Amino acid sequence: MRAGVASKRNLMDSTLVVLAILDGISYAALVFLVSVGLSLIFGVLRVVNVAHGSLYAYGAYFAATLSIAVAPISPWLTYPALIVAAVVIGVVCGGLIERFLLRPVYGREEVLQLLITFAVFMIMDNLQRLIWGVQPIFASEPLKLLPNIEVLGVNYTSYQVVLLPLVAIATLIGLRYFLRRTLAGAVIMAVTEDREAATAIGIDATRVYLITFMIGATLAALGGALALPTTSLVPGMGTDMIVLSFAVAATAGLGQIEGTAVTALMIGLARAFVIYIQPEFEVLVPYLLMVLVLLIRPHGLFGVVTTRKI
Amino acid sequence: MAGWTSPLRIVAVAGFALAAIAPLFVPSWATLVALILAKAVVVLGIIVLLQAGQVSFGHAMFFALGAYASAFWGKYIGTGDLMVYLVLGATISTIAGLIVGLFVVRYREIFFGMLNLAFSMVLWSLLEKMFHYTNGADGIRVARPTVAGFSFTPDAFQYVILYVSLALALIAYVVVQRYLDSPLGHMLKAIKSNETRLEYLGTSARRVLLTGYVLSAFLAGVGGVLVGVIQGIATPEFGFWTKSGEFVFIAILGGFGHALGAFAGAATFEIVRYYASAQLANAWQLILGVVLIAIILYAPSGLIGLMRRNRPREGGE
Repeated sequence: MRAGVASKRNLMDSTLVVLAILDGISYAALVFLVSVGLSLIFGVLRVVNVAHGSLYAYGAYFAATLSIAVAPISPWLTYPALIVAAVVIGVVCGGLIERFLLRPVYGREEVLQLLITFAVFMIMDNLQRLIWGVQPIFASEPLKLLPNIEVLGVNYTSYQVVLLPLVAIATLIGLRYFLRRTLAGAVIMAVTEDREAATAIGIDATRVYLITFMIGATLAALGGALALPTTSLVPGMGTDMIVLSFAVAATAGLGQIEGTAVTALMIGLARAFVIYIQPEFEVLVPYLLMVLVLLIRPHGLFGVVTTRKI
Repeated sequence: MAGWTSPLRIVAVAGFALAAIAPLFVPSWATLVALILAKAVVVLGIIVLLQAGQVSFGHAMFFALGAYASAFWGKYIGTGDLMVYLVLGATISTIAGLIVGLFVVRYREIFFGMLNLAFSMVLWSLLEKMFHYTNGADGIRVARPTVAGFSFTPDAFQYVILYVSLALALIAYVVVQRYLDSPLGHMLKAIKSNETRLEYLGTSARRVLLTGYVLSAFLAGVGGVLVGVIQGIATPEFGFWTKSGEFVFIAILGGFGHALGAFAGAATFEIVRYYASAQLANAWQLILGVVLIAIILYAPSGLIGLMRRNRPREGGE
């Protein structure tokens, strides 16, 4: 995810620090989008969606298909293509998963709900190879259209350090506003708080679950679509992303939206610095942080301990 | 107890007899059956935890520890004996199980699963990135060990490892089923149904779960050694989260109401994979995913449950 940034290990330290911060921010923005979707779904449905990483990968692959199709017409069309891809994948795949697979098992054991999404992951992972093959796919038009910018002496793509963080911030504010200030958001919160009571006052909880899952799935797909210009698509990208977003969401505390943003930034920055200091331990960082945080605060950094319902 | 004539007993005896005899006639089955038995040993441990309603998405770490213990022995000390591998792998995974267990048994359900996942991903990234010691993603070859001092040709060895696996699987099966029927096993089930009540009876739920956890880590380690030796390699993939998911999958597929479920599940899983990957190399994962969904939606107590449902009133288990 560091397209266009050559190894600059020999440069002076301050440049390295700036570079690591910029890497961290752009990476955190993507991770946040995916993690917050996972967290939202868990917050409302109480289901950990193991297929979340696959939705991320599908978002990316479908965005690649669309942008390769529209790029000859005008390269600027690749931007809407990314958004369209995310929404289509989120609504269609997310909708199908919730409606036909999760809905029958809500009343059942938690293990079975988790395993249903694991089965979906297996199926989607396999279908992905069948549809898009195993060769890496590149489509970096959107990255090249926007100019590079200078940040404290470091040349970086504005797609990564301006656009991605802006989308992440907009998502954060949008979600906050939606959940806390709109009627639809209040309905979702009501169902989260007490599904039975919400149903009793006439809220269609079934529909709330479906829509929440679609929103969460769309966020995962959006993360994937926006990652497309900065990385090459390879099989297994979803497999890696699910544990990473899981680590972020769990470290923050499942269901914590603002907490997820802070944690994504923390993990993004920590990872970026580790890459420059000790690159072998890059993948270790999020999991080590997760272990440490969960050992001390099992409900996550920002999680609230709820009393047990009997 | 319906004694020796209960339907599950008959199925168990028939199944184990088939596992022992069939490969003598079809040599290509020897490795397949050995693999099924080795995986089933791991899944027995998952079934133990499922009694308490806890699902670990990290048991691949103990499995990987078992496999890597034998791999490291071969890499740094030289060709070892299968017994040494087994003792070493089992000891290391049991100790690791005790250490990790002390932390994770304080949590339940999703937090239990998450913490296990986190620990296993730490191990996985170490195996993948400590290239100097572990060869990274390529893994380490597990040299064919001697067995009780004798060395074997590859052809003979596949039968040796088959019968070793069979013996170990039988012991594990009997021990786990005894354990589940014992007071300790029933206390484990009480964690799932009503933990508070269990505590009121003066029992430490954490200690009960820890016992089960260490047992499951031990079984995963033994299974890891066997799979490492059977496949002749240990790779970081052994400790990846999808591997943990696979074990839970097999447990649900077979049904976790009885220890035999591990074997029914492992046999189905490996046979589907063996034949599907030969016939439909590109779609075996897809098939398994569909099977899993069908089991969860239509037969939640697994293959064992189906068997019991078809013969509901025979003496009672």
